[in-house]
Amino acid sequence: MKQATYTITENTLLAPSVYRMALVGDTSPITAPGQFINIALDGLYLRRPISICAWNEKGLAIIYKVVGRGTEQLSRLALGQTIDALTGLGNGYDVSACPNTPLLVGGGVGVPPLYGLAKALLAAGKKPSVILGFNRADEIFGDMEFAALGVPVTVTTADGSAGVKGFVTDAMKGGEYVCACGPEPMLRAVYQRASDGQFSFEARMGCGFGACMGCTLETRTGYKRICKDGPVLGYREIKW
Amino acid sequence: MPDTRVDLLGIELSNPVIPASGTFGYGREFAELYDLDILGSFSFKGTTLQPRLGNPLPRIAEAPSGMLNAVGLQNPGVDRVISEELPELAKIFHKPVMANVSGFSIGEYAETCARLDACAQVGWLEVNISCPNVHNGGMSFGTDPAQAAAVTRAVKSVTTKPVIMKLSPNVTDIAAIARACADAGADGLSLINTLMGMRIDPRRRAPIIANTTGGLSGPAIFPVALRMVWQVYEAVDIPIIGMGGVQCAEDVIEMMLAGATAVQVGAANLVNPLACPQIIAALPGVMEQYGIDNLKDITGGAHHG
Repeated sequence: MKQATYTITENTLLAPSVYRMALVGDTSPITAPGQFINIALDGLYLRRPISICAWNEKGLAIIYKVVGRGTEQLSRLALGQTIDALTGLGNGYDVSACPNTPLLVGGGVGVPPLYGLAKALLAAGKKPSVILGFNRADEIFGDMEFAALGVPVTVTTADGSAGVKGFVTDAMKGGEYVCACGPEPMLRAVYQRASDGQFSFEARMGCGFGACMGCTLETRTGYKRICKDGPVLGYREIKW
Repeated sequence: MPDTRVDLLGIELSNPVIPASGTFGYGREFAELYDLDILGSFSFKGTTLQPRLGNPLPRIAEAPSGMLNAVGLQNPGVDRVISEELPELAKIFHKPVMANVSGFSIGEYAETCARLDACAQVGWLEVNISCPNVHNGGMSFGTDPAQAAAVTRAVKSVTTKPVIMKLSPNVTDIAAIARACADAGADGLSLINTLMGMRIDPRRRAPIIANTTGGLSGPAIFPVALRMVWQVYEAVDIPIIGMGGVQCAEDVIEMMLAGATAVQVGAANLVNPLACPQIIAALPGVMEQYGIDNLKDITGGAHHG
């Protein structure tokens, strides 16, 4: 963990209410895909945790959905403005624990961290494929970016307006090693069909770095703080 | 150079700044960012006799100039605190630490304190009779003077360490609880714990916090905390640790002028993990600004007559 000041170099609408923000600044504390930053915003007391989509030595990108006052304020920030963030937070995906052909499954704003994971898996010589789930065709984002990496992409939509009609689980064969990120009902459904994998959790957090015990989950291996021991937890730890 | 040292019940602190229990864990996360030995001390996570998972999620909600929490005293239990956490703590903090204790019965408070009494690292016992987030425990001892006195007596009988009773603001007359604790032999008092509050999610038409209510902390409660420290200072003659929404060196000065001997910093650590070192670094300059040579001289300095 480190406190960093990032300069906004991009803040563009990708899909309804979904924005991509590029930030320039210190990324040295970021060590794994699936980690997050915790952003301070004017007039709001608690920071807002947002997963890191991709990063390099110069900066990082986040993709967020406007769901409340914090993300709404984020969407109005202009290029050149700076944000104060705690960076390199959490325990991300373990690339070395993945088999040669892991399946990545993302739903909605759970998709972004899987992009960074796909890049890390490719760099490690592995061959991921990805299933991206959305409600409707106009909400789809990220599919082209995964395709550009050469990763096979399957899109599902709940209303069938694009790709496979149904949920992400409808595009799974069953029994796969899955790296998942998305809303909890999706994670639970994926967990039931997967044989192993890594699952990224979301929570309302106090600090985001393990001090307040505001986001603890009971697992098979003890109490885990989603912000510090997670957000990514192993299939075998999860008590579902 | 202004002198920031204060004396807290016979132990000298290099400065009055103490991270508050429940906002600092056992210090590990903060030790990644700074040397904990710059702190006056710190109060570790509230400890109970048995391990506790705490409340269901969500436990946290935003509030105007503050936050709500309903963690519910998650902790590994006193035996694991002593066997696992304190040895780890000894590697990163080399001063007396404040042990924060909670319980669900008077006997449990006494037993937990008795076990912590044996730990050389522990400088003070801070007895929390004010947790608003657990049922049949915590705050129920801190809202009734007779119960508060009974816990105080039970704890005093099992330890020779200074006993600091941590008071709840969720009472009609905090001075009455303070007097009851002092009369029962408390060595010091710390106040305030969080104020009970809640938020509702209009989309779900349900409370945000799974426990329905939570404790409000952060700068929103600073004036309330200051007023209560003021009232308790007028009511008792034992040292007070002031807390509630403190986030800068000026707040520390205000708390001490109201009657505090030392000051705890809580929620500020969560949103700015460097809050305590920043406050400590700013203190000498702020003291000079207000013509303060020795910080220990200003306790209660705003009370005239």
